[in-house]
Amino acid sequence: MSLVSLDEVHKYYGENHVLKGVDLRVNAGEVVSIIGRSGSGKSTLLRCLNGLEEYQQGAVIVDNQSVENDDYKLRLLSRSVGMVFQNFNLFPHMTVGENVMLATKLVLKKSVTESRQLAEELLAKVGLADKFDAYPGNLSGGQQQRVAIARSLAMSPKVLLCDEITSALDPELVGEVLKVLEQLKEEGMTLILVTHEMNFARDVGDRVVFMNQGKVWETGPSDEVFANPQTDELKSFLAAVR
Amino acid sequence: MSYQLDFASLVPYLPEFAAGVWTTIELTIISTLGGLALGTFCAQGRISNEAWLRRTCACYIEAVRNTPFIVQLFFIFFGLPALGLKMTAWQAGMIAMIINLGAYSAEIIRAGIEAAPKGQWEAGKTLGLTRRQIFMHIILPPAYQRVYPALVSQSIIVMLGSAVVSQISVEELTFAANFVQSRSFLSFESYMLAAVIYLVLAILMRQAFGLLKCIAFKNPSL
Ligand SMILES: Nc1ncnc2c1ncn2[C@@H]1O[C@H](COP(=O)(O)OP(=O)(O)OP(=O)(O)O)[C@@H](O)[C@H]1O
Ligand SMILES: [Mg+2]
Repeated sequence: MSLVSLDEVHKYYGENHVLKGVDLRVNAGEVVSIIGRSGSGKSTLLRCLNGLEEYQQGAVIVDNQSVENDDYKLRLLSRSVGMVFQNFNLFPHMTVGENVMLATKLVLKKSVTESRQLAEELLAKVGLADKFDAYPGNLSGGQQQRVAIARSLAMSPKVLLCDEITSALDPELVGEVLKVLEQLKEEGMTLILVTHEMNFARDVGDRVVFMNQGKVWETGPSDEVFANPQTDELKSFLAAVR
Repeated sequence: MSYQLDFASLVPYLPEFAAGVWTTIELTIISTLGGLALGTFCAQGRISNEAWLRRTCACYIEAVRNTPFIVQLFFIFFGLPALGLKMTAWQAGMIAMIINLGAYSAEIIRAGIEAAPKGQWEAGKTLGLTRRQIFMHIILPPAYQRVYPALVSQSIIVMLGSAVVSQISVEELTFAANFVQSRSFLSFESYMLAAVIYLVLAILMRQAFGLLKCIAFKNPSL
């Protein structure tokens, strides 16, 4: 049984048919990169996995839970699915530590001591042990994104969704964030990444999904897909990004 | 034109002024707390999922913001008793001030809430927080901080507006000044003193809010 499965998923924004029958399976421990042109529906696909967007047809099942538009069910689902955003979305009025502890206190009802200990561990893991009491506004983009990753991990998700999480960063800060992802992969975390970092997708990702015109156009093991793309669309896409 | 200022003759009336000032302070503190709480509630109501709550809050806000304060006051004090709701002048003045500040602050706070990036809601949602938790912990604190100067100004406007409740004989500062000048015929001195006291109260209020700001908003730069 796959950890994540989409069956014939269709999504419309009004008249705009954005996902046109998406099928995808992701197993536990896999690292899947989603690539494709702007507007091909990558973000939409990712946001259908945790209920941030509704879909109109088909089925999405994550960690044996059907993703439906029901507040209570989505809250339960959010314990299995973490998400990291392009622009971090840290809470600016809370310190780094408070950002990481918020959900463990409010959602998992852990004690302050327990939450604090977990937050300290997670921040140490992303290399920010000394930033516990800093405010997000005083950190670099790369540091903020690592805090956002720690914040997601605090809910111990089974799968982490990342939507272009290095796109808003200065080039010299991309590496430190990708290093954290690599480390997560080694620990067996399931990752689904929308990314423009083709080298990372090839070297770290297990599998690549090429989205085109609202469909999974081509998919396969990373090395094969990059070395030997089958469709003309993927060939021209890879030629354009290289 | 030679008028001899005679503040000394006001001295016997200082107890009246003191009592008036105290009532004004009392009205201000309670109506500021009550009004901001009501305003927060209505701002939240305006973005609720429940259509009836959204509409009720919108009607209340528009009704208050588009009618004179003195008419609202007379309606509460003279109008409501006709429906069997009796209250003292002090209670009526208090309620009118709370309702007034509630409506204006609701609009101010709503502007602060709407300025919250959509990503803040989404981040809260993906962490499994309820809508209410997201609102209270993630959206509201920065919203207050964004509109804090406007809230302070509005609260001061309501404090100064409390002069109007002297019209239904609430014995606050303006009522005291009216009373003293009618007894002593020192109109200039009485109103001058009242004006200075209002000025001092406004300045003190601004300072109190400034102090509160340092305590409430730990991160000064959002
Ligand atoms: N909230 C929205 N309302 C209406 N249309 C939307 C919305 N979000 C996305 N779309 C449309 O859906 C389509 C797919 O958008 P999506 O954001 O999924 O693309 P993407 O592959 O992530 O692109 P990018 O690489 O630019 O992020 C686009 O045509 C876009 O205009
Ligand atoms: Mg996108």
